[in-house]
Amino acid sequence: MTARRSLTKWFVALCVMHGIVVCAGFFAPYDPGGQDRRNPYMPPMRLHLQDARGQLHLRPFVYSLKLRDGSFDQYQEDQTTLHPLQFFLSGAGYRLLGFVPCRWHLFGVENSRIYLLGSDGYGRDQFSRLLFGGQVSLLAGLLGAGLTLVIGAGIGSVAGYFGGWRDDILMRLSELFLALPWLYLLFALRAFLPLAVNPLQAFFLIIAVIAAVGWARPARLVRGVVLSAKERDFVRAARGFGATGGYLWRRHILPETSSVLWTQAAILVPQYVLAEMTLSFLGLGVPEPVPSWGNLLSSLQQYSVLVSYWWMYLPALAMVPFFVGYLGIASSLQEREQPYKVDRMGLGSLT
Amino acid sequence: MKNSKPKSGRDRMIAAFFVVIVAALGQIASAVPQQKDGSNELLVLPGEIGQRGGRLVVSLRGEPKTLNPLIAADARSREVISVMQADLVHINRATQLTEPALAKSWRVSPDGLVYTLILRRGIRFSDGEPLDADDVLFTFQVYLDEKVHAPQRDLLIVGGKPIVVRKVDKQTVVFQLAKTYGVGERLFDGLAVLPKHLLEKPYQEGKLAQIGSLATAANQWAGLGPFRMKEYVAGQRLVLERNPYYWKSDAKGTRLPYLDELVFLFVPNADAQVLKFQSGETDAISQLGAENFSALSKQQRGYTMTDAGPGLEYNFLFFNLNDAGEKTSPDQQRKQKWFRELKFRQAVSAAADREAIVRLIYQGRGSPLWGPETPANRRWINSAIAHPTRSLDRARALLKEAGFRWSNGTSDDSVLLDADGKPVEFSILTSSSNADRTKMATLLQDDLKQLGMRVQVVPLEFRSLLDRVTQSKEYDACVLGLVSFDTDPNSNLNAWLSSGATHLWNPSQAHPATAWEAEVDRLMEQQLSELSFEKRKKAYDRVQAILAEQQPMIFLASPDILAGAKNSIGNFRPAVLEPYVLWNVEQLYLKGGQEHVAR
Repeated sequence: MTARRSLTKWFVALCVMHGIVVCAGFFAPYDPGGQDRRNPYMPPMRLHLQDARGQLHLRPFVYSLKLRDGSFDQYQEDQTTLHPLQFFLSGAGYRLLGFVPCRWHLFGVENSRIYLLGSDGYGRDQFSRLLFGGQVSLLAGLLGAGLTLVIGAGIGSVAGYFGGWRDDILMRLSELFLALPWLYLLFALRAFLPLAVNPLQAFFLIIAVIAAVGWARPARLVRGVVLSAKERDFVRAARGFGATGGYLWRRHILPETSSVLWTQAAILVPQYVLAEMTLSFLGLGVPEPVPSWGNLLSSLQQYSVLVSYWWMYLPALAMVPFFVGYLGIASSLQEREQPYKVDRMGLGSLT
Repeated sequence: MKNSKPKSGRDRMIAAFFVVIVAALGQIASAVPQQKDGSNELLVLPGEIGQRGGRLVVSLRGEPKTLNPLIAADARSREVISVMQADLVHINRATQLTEPALAKSWRVSPDGLVYTLILRRGIRFSDGEPLDADDVLFTFQVYLDEKVHAPQRDLLIVGGKPIVVRKVDKQTVVFQLAKTYGVGERLFDGLAVLPKHLLEKPYQEGKLAQIGSLATAANQWAGLGPFRMKEYVAGQRLVLERNPYYWKSDAKGTRLPYLDELVFLFVPNADAQVLKFQSGETDAISQLGAENFSALSKQQRGYTMTDAGPGLEYNFLFFNLNDAGEKTSPDQQRKQKWFRELKFRQAVSAAADREAIVRLIYQGRGSPLWGPETPANRRWINSAIAHPTRSLDRARALLKEAGFRWSNGTSDDSVLLDADGKPVEFSILTSSSNADRTKMATLLQDDLKQLGMRVQVVPLEFRSLLDRVTQSKEYDACVLGLVSFDTDPNSNLNAWLSSGATHLWNPSQAHPATAWEAEVDRLMEQQLSELSFEKRKKAYDRVQAILAEQQPMIFLASPDILAGAKNSIGNFRPAVLEPYVLWNVEQLYLKGGQEHVAR
């Protein structure tokens, strides 16, 4: 039962993290595209409880940062006025869950701007961009993994169930896909597409591409499970009673593959999030100014950013808890399935 | 990103005809005192006296393609060639004025049609062979030969009539022009004088284009520049050694160049150049972006960074104003209807936040532009061009006058609609290898969003971008930059003449498409043949005013020339003209140079 508990634990943790990203508009203080052109490359602000005179405050506050004279990116705290952290204030408009127009933000400051994770070269709030970027990256991962598994399960079960020439063709095809250098394929594909794809098109294109390339591995796993499942006694019995192929597949074979598919899903989602990040990092993903985790990191391609502005690395850390969460789920799924499987295998070998 | 933009410089076309008239009168130019010791007439350079010896290492973004001036088209090759070859008359990169080079003096006839150049006596190529008028004759014969396809041919020919070059005696050459030519002796700058003794045979065999690769043996190649070939390691470096026959000396009589060796390291990109410089592997660096410049400035250890001030690069946004006729898709026709509307372009210009470009992209090391000339060109810039501040209200008023309206009043997500009710959406191309220009386009995207325009930024690999702009013409708008190679308006001739190849918004037209383009053509032709500076300036001022008013290019900003060098390098004076750092390479020296030799 510990496996089940750890599964629940990971699941709840992931749900919370995804919830924050889904409601990015509420948790983020600003519009992710909003440029504050007076404050490029501003370092993360410090949350203070004690002001410059040593007085303690109950409510955390920030000092706004001012550019040092004659400098482009050297900031210092302006300690004349403190800006206490406000909760539930009204600010830039956004659409909650994509359709509810809303203006409430969890936190912010009045008469100034707060940069918890600093700002980028255009003066855009990195924290807001990180949350909104998560929407793109995680959704791409989830949809991509979903699509992959649908394709993989379909092809795998056809190959496994029917066998023969269908199996041969589909499996050779999957080997071909496994061997494809997909990054170069993407470059080639991008060259064929119309010049300006709008962010939404680009987004679905990425999903389609990573799903289309990734189906081979789950397909082979599913085929293996189906191959063994269709020779099981209860399947043969059902067939003997006159069950049709469709019924057998739906009722007896597909459930057998579910544990493989769930584990694959937990592994594929972070993989695909990473794929989206790679593509966006290389400029093949969603275009500016739409944030995605890959876009956020792409400025690190410049040496000057790499050495001068450490907070530009932070988006790379953001994905760590997500990945840990997904891999945690994957491993507890495996733990949960393992004794069950061994047990059944043992039973099966009795005949 | 020197190589990532079309050069207006080399392509300058000269609309002058050259005719034979010999003149007796003229002015003798001699900007620099000469030293005459019998057979040798060395050019004596004023300035700081340096020490002989040592080696200077600089980096290049990639390998130069060739050492042969007749086929060099890329910026890297030209940079290397500029230190291996010499011209008859040279533009001093610091003063921006012409001064004697291989020609110790020249005379211009009063009607401006005949140039008589007297060659310096006792000059030898880097392999020891003497130079005389025959080499000059041969050089221009080769440049003008159609079969050679030299890029220099355009400079010396218009209307299919070649310049006529005649030898008077061993030291005297006469160039004859059909029509007066405003640029004057600046024409000769950059035209390398070639060694006849090495090139005549390949020329007769028609093999000139095949020679001069980097792998050429050191004794098979010669020039009149301060350095000559020593060693080439493919993919790594090109080592040049001091040309012992170089024709300049310092005030103390030491023959230049001071350095023994000049090494070009090949690195893949600008960031690698910065790393090499920072680690001390290279001694000098130029063409720095502002961000790299400030990254280097923060930790100056043994080197000094220099902001040489505004350069001649101008960056701009332009719209596709080509008229492809029936081939144009309906979608493109609809968009081009907006782009052709002057008020639309003026509105975009009014909404462009030039100050933000200078601050965010150039970190303040640049200048906003409202016209084609940068503040670096004090002599030619039309200072009467207005510098309106950014105003979204003015932009909206202009759009309203032009029949545009907004879907949703003045709210944030209101979309700009054209007269037919279609939303105004277009894309801006930028070069993916140039982070500055991509950032510029991203700033414009946000500026224009505030007018309700939906703009997408499309970074493209540079060659396919150029292909779209100049060949297939399938694009909406583009952010590019051009670098004038000289301050003279003629260096931009190809950009402003409607027949020019870098007339980017509508290149290589048979007839000017609009009345104002016809007027620009006329004024450019006029200044070309005009001899008095005042009259040329008046014509070119008008050209600038027309361009600023019609906004075929929405001029945005110009970056400063940023460079750096180790403190041990003497005479380091970066200029705002190409080659920014190596223009006075013969005078560069290492303080305590002997130690470096030992190293």
